[in-house]
Amino acid sequence: MHFKTLMLAGSALALAAGMGQAFAQDVTLTIESWRTDDLAIWQDKIIPAFEASHPGIKVVFSPTAPTEYNAALNAKLEGGSAGDIVTCRPFDVSLGLFDQGYLADLTGLDGMENFSPVAKAAWSTDDQSKTFCVPMGAVIHGFIYNKDAFDALGLTEPKTVAEFHAVLDAIKADGTYIPLAMGTNDQWEAATMGYQNIGPTYWKGEEGRLALIAGTEKLTDPEWVEPYAELASWKPYLGDGFEAQTYSDSQNLFTLGRAAIYPAGSWEIAGFNTNADFKMGAFPPPVVNAGDTCYISDHTDIGIGANAASPNLEAAKTFLSWVASSEFGTIEANALPGFYPLSTEPVTIEDPLAQEFASWRSECEPTIRSTYAILSRGTPNLENETWNASAQVIKGLETPEAAGARLQDGLNAWYKPAAM
Amino acid sequence: MTLGLADGGGHCVTTSDTSTGRRPRRWHIAVFLAPAVAVYSAFMIIPLVSTLYQSFFSKEWDFVGLGNFVQLFTDPRLSASFWNALGNNFYFFVIHMIVQNPIGILLAALLSNPRLRLRGFYRTVFFIPTILSFVIVGFVWKLILSPTWGISKTLMNSVGIGWLYQPWLGKEESALTTLALISNWQFIGIPMMLIYAALLSIPDEVIEAAECDGITGWAQFWKIQLPLVLPAIGIISILTFVGNFNAFDLIYAAQGAQAGPNFSTDLLGTLLFRTFFGAQLQLGDRGLGSAIAAVMFLIILIGVCIYLFGVQTRLRRYQF
Repeated sequence: MHFKTLMLAGSALALAAGMGQAFAQDVTLTIESWRTDDLAIWQDKIIPAFEASHPGIKVVFSPTAPTEYNAALNAKLEGGSAGDIVTCRPFDVSLGLFDQGYLADLTGLDGMENFSPVAKAAWSTDDQSKTFCVPMGAVIHGFIYNKDAFDALGLTEPKTVAEFHAVLDAIKADGTYIPLAMGTNDQWEAATMGYQNIGPTYWKGEEGRLALIAGTEKLTDPEWVEPYAELASWKPYLGDGFEAQTYSDSQNLFTLGRAAIYPAGSWEIAGFNTNADFKMGAFPPPVVNAGDTCYISDHTDIGIGANAASPNLEAAKTFLSWVASSEFGTIEANALPGFYPLSTEPVTIEDPLAQEFASWRSECEPTIRSTYAILSRGTPNLENETWNASAQVIKGLETPEAAGARLQDGLNAWYKPAAM
Repeated sequence: MTLGLADGGGHCVTTSDTSTGRRPRRWHIAVFLAPAVAVYSAFMIIPLVSTLYQSFFSKEWDFVGLGNFVQLFTDPRLSASFWNALGNNFYFFVIHMIVQNPIGILLAALLSNPRLRLRGFYRTVFFIPTILSFVIVGFVWKLILSPTWGISKTLMNSVGIGWLYQPWLGKEESALTTLALISNWQFIGIPMMLIYAALLSIPDEVIEAAECDGITGWAQFWKIQLPLVLPAIGIISILTFVGNFNAFDLIYAAQGAQAGPNFSTDLLGTLLFRTFFGAQLQLGDRGLGSAIAAVMFLIILIGVCIYLFGVQTRLRRYQF
């Protein structure tokens, strides 16, 4: 009893006297994120590495389900209960949060100089004068295939669209595998893994994307409609009942070896490596004619910023500077294969599949998803509309031309290109 | 049949006569009401009023008067989404009224049959889905109906009707009906229990009198039991109406906030969620979302008023 009372008195004294150093130093930072899949990697690799070199700062990774993240984060920021560190969606969602004063300005943060303007563009104001999130990772689109299946059927990686269809036909004729693992139930799969995956080849990457923003190209132009036509031609190669097939159904169909080709984002690599027990390979989106320049979607997908209202802003900035360093980049690239650091500091990637995706960076022209920057700022939201259109086109319920016209209509309703 | 009004008051109102004229302040009334009033105000009235208040403000928190409502009904896209959601909501309600409630009444009638054995077992089995969470119901049915792993396809194949199988949840024409039927499956226990209780409260003398007059079997159900449980059916209808127009959870659990395919399962609740909180790249708009919530509140209020003043006052009530 006496001992306890003493302890209590002692701690009260310490509390009263030592509010300064000891307590202010030992802060806990909470990270908001949508990467529930990465919980173990943060807890076992990234956070221990940071805490080892920064005594006094504790970090807790507290993710929310991806589909709920934006809504939950908005509500938490408004209610003042959000964590100190916020994982940033690219472009307008985060820009909106910054404009409302929820994200701290990180323009002068140590380590920010390690990023190219392209990498920072996703988390900067339109005039590039202020940056509010540290670019953390990019994801690359392409196709992951079952190498054992390809070997058994004597198939090789397709380079052109015609070869791609020949491969799909051969797989379908054989009948052992579902040619393409994709469903339309969740809608975003068709848009992100479909349209945004193969599209840059048609609209010539950045050139087309910027022309669309400038208003010199329209979604009704052939370069924007053709990818929809190509998507529509995938229908016979999808599994039975693909209309109700969800994203996780598609993942499982592929990793269980029931489907041969998976239209992918590189973020799948870690999960596929653990779940699939066959050899996998990857090829970039096929080009229309042999010898054409290939384009890939190398999308700046994850950034990380600080909650402006956090009481631990200084500690949060210390953490973010560390995220900007190559120490974090190396851990990330190897612990999270498929998320590519955007830092200009060199990092080495060991996973062969992740290496394959990364190698396209030198062969192909990179671009980001066409709907993310600027064009999804108003209502109707072009990204959300593209989900719907891609799913409708694949199901054959809307023609590619009608989809293009509908999207352009929606865009015209609120978007006026800046005068050039 | 005795139609005497309950006169419970007669025996109790005796104490006031003996008082000396000054009625004591009856503090206990306020004290006993306080917890309920406090809880109801904190969790129902204040949020309701503040939602109505918010609906007059824009996203940037400027006062816009009825601007949000004007936008809701005149913006071609937004109003199209709204009418689509409202239409779907009515369809959802109609399916509940023609499937869930009649089957619920039928089950109650069967359960109240004194010759039925294992009554408690059936009652429990039919009621169990009601206590399950929406998330579990949504997930389990999604799995059962899944074209990839679902057992529905296998089951149908085994009885030779495999060709009838469709990916129901993924098709625009069938998704909403499928979800409505899933919701019926889940909530069938509520009308069943309420009607069952009402049927049990019919005195045996009435039934015996009917039997003496030669009214038995179905005729007895239609002519004696059904008229006597009509008030309960009215209550069930209004509960179904309020529940359906507030529905959100099942759609969100099974189809996500985008209420796919192609918004064919979009209800007012999911539209409200997307507008208020935002969806994917679309930012939330509290004012507009509150306006939708206010309209939902009005629709439910009107529906309940029609029932209260148009239907309930005309129902004949029998007291035994």
